[in-house]
Amino acid sequence: MALLEVDNLAVDIPLSDGVLHAVSGVSFSLERGETLAIVGESGSGKSMTSLALMNLLPKRAVRRADRLLFDGIDLVTAPEARMRALRGNRMAMIFQEPMTSLNPSYTIGNQLGEALRCHRPVAPAAARDRAVQLLEKVGIPAAARRLNQYPHQLSGGLRQRVMIAMALMCGPDLIIADEPTTALDVTIQAQILHLLADLKKEFGMAMILISHDLGVVARVADKVAVMYAGRVVESAGAQSLFRSPRHPYTRGLLNCIPVPGRTAPGSPLGAIPGQLPNLIGPQHGCAFRERCAFAAPECAGDIPLVVTEPGHLARCVRIDALEAAA
Amino acid sequence: MSETLLELRHVTRVFDLSQGVFRRVARLTAVADVSLTVKRGEVFALVGESGSGKTTLAKMLLGLLPPSSGEILVDGAPVTAKDRVAISRRVQPIFQDPYSSLNPRKSVAQLIALPLIVHGVGNRASRRAKVMEMLDLVGLSRRHYDAYPGQLSGGQRQRVAIARALILRPEVVICDEPTSALDVSVQAQILNLLLELKRELGLTYFFISHNLAVVEHLADRVAVMYLGRFVEERSRAGLFASPRHPYTRALLESVLTPDPDLGVPDTRIGNTTAGGESGCPFNPRCPDAIDICHTTPPAVRTLPDGWATCHLIAEEAVSAS
Repeated sequence: MALLEVDNLAVDIPLSDGVLHAVSGVSFSLERGETLAIVGESGSGKSMTSLALMNLLPKRAVRRADRLLFDGIDLVTAPEARMRALRGNRMAMIFQEPMTSLNPSYTIGNQLGEALRCHRPVAPAAARDRAVQLLEKVGIPAAARRLNQYPHQLSGGLRQRVMIAMALMCGPDLIIADEPTTALDVTIQAQILHLLADLKKEFGMAMILISHDLGVVARVADKVAVMYAGRVVESAGAQSLFRSPRHPYTRGLLNCIPVPGRTAPGSPLGAIPGQLPNLIGPQHGCAFRERCAFAAPECAGDIPLVVTEPGHLARCVRIDALEAAA
Repeated sequence: MSETLLELRHVTRVFDLSQGVFRRVARLTAVADVSLTVKRGEVFALVGESGSGKTTLAKMLLGLLPPSSGEILVDGAPVTAKDRVAISRRVQPIFQDPYSSLNPRKSVAQLIALPLIVHGVGNRASRRAKVMEMLDLVGLSRRHYDAYPGQLSGGQRQRVAIARALILRPEVVICDEPTSALDVSVQAQILNLLLELKRELGLTYFFISHNLAVVEHLADRVAVMYLGRFVEERSRAGLFASPRHPYTRALLESVLTPDPDLGVPDTRIGNTTAGGESGCPFNPRCPDAIDICHTTPPAVRTLPDGWATCHLIAEEAVSAS
């Protein structure tokens, strides 16, 4: 049985001028030890998807799903007490900004200890030992001394490591990492990604990596889901997705980034014209059609997920036209 | 083309950090003995991690911060903080975050026209015409004239910032991470626009970035900064083909291309940000450090297309000969 099964997840946010469809029709499954990357630009719904899994959505947001199973537990009907017992315990989250997600007025040791003592009846000394052990594991020098320090006394890279250590305190089965390296320098980014891969192997965790950085995703993920305007437009194994992207949006994204050695310096980069459509009100057809060079009248109708090869799905009715043009 | 437009001679900037009323004042050398020349029409890129002094250097180039010692010359004439207004006609900035660099209470027209007003250029009608012209130039619609930043997307805001920077027709534009707050598809649009404008207006860019893929795409020359010092300065092609300083090498290895066959690279450098007590400032992180690196600061080694400061380059040369 898969560790996490998501079927037809939707998040609607009622606003004064209509309902904002932040996430619609998102389905995926995740095995133990697997890494799924959710890629998309701002407004694609990737962070909302992760918050929906943890049931941490903004108050007025409405979550619907045909199925939301975590290790056999139905998250749709789980009461808040049950969710609270899962969050930070068996499913943990690493947030993007270590500056804002650590509490500035408590020491590192206090915050790490709390993460454990919320869920386990352990003595403070035992929590402390676990914290030191994990800080060492995530490569923080002089770990014991750090426990008495406050977040502002650490650099950005160290704070992000503290966030990772905190997520690991209870030995979770699933880690959701929302842009874990975006705020970091490139050399530190490589170190943190290395660390996450090692820890995942060591503890057999599953990981959902949320990122807009295609380089990070390609290097880390087993499976990739590309989101656009609240929907998954393409999902596949990482090899298949990067080698033969099928959806025009995925192709567009890959053409946007300069790649040393491949993109001729100074040449115009591929650009995706236009902007994200308005997601307020009823949505019809392909959300990308306004910006798509291959758009045709049928793109305004229902767009099914097409299996292009085993395990590779794309939500596009113009795949044949795309292939013919390539 | 080979005319020097911007020159820094041994520029140093020291900050005094107060650690409390009765404590000794700590000194932080943000920029240490930096010399560089930027030629007209060139894209000079500066890379380095946070805290390396990139932004302090940019502020000095803009005349917002006087150097503690050393000289800054624009077109051969030394610049002092006193002629900040004069400098700003020739040197203009584009900042990282278009969400915080634009005043939300000012309309697009007011934002773009402000440099004209500060410098007393033109009258109301000519300013309006000029703003319209800038909107066309940066690819914004004329209907954005009366819009406010809150009504614009990130990419549109950065276009407003670019229009504001270019309205005085400066010679040098200091771009401080101009695309790092933007989505990848928008980043591509802005980079294309910057390249187009450079060709059209003959601009010179001083381009600060930590994204080496972007630097490789835009730059003619690249300087690598570490803890306030330049450690390598090379032509773009030379640097990316054969980086000589171990820090440059680590930076290049950390570039993640979208290549699912390759894993995450092991850069072999530690995560300390402290400098070496003596010798080379990079020695606490350097995977190849030898004895001399801990005792003697490295001298500048001249390379065919630039220079680097590392003892190991000399070692290579000796063992090769």
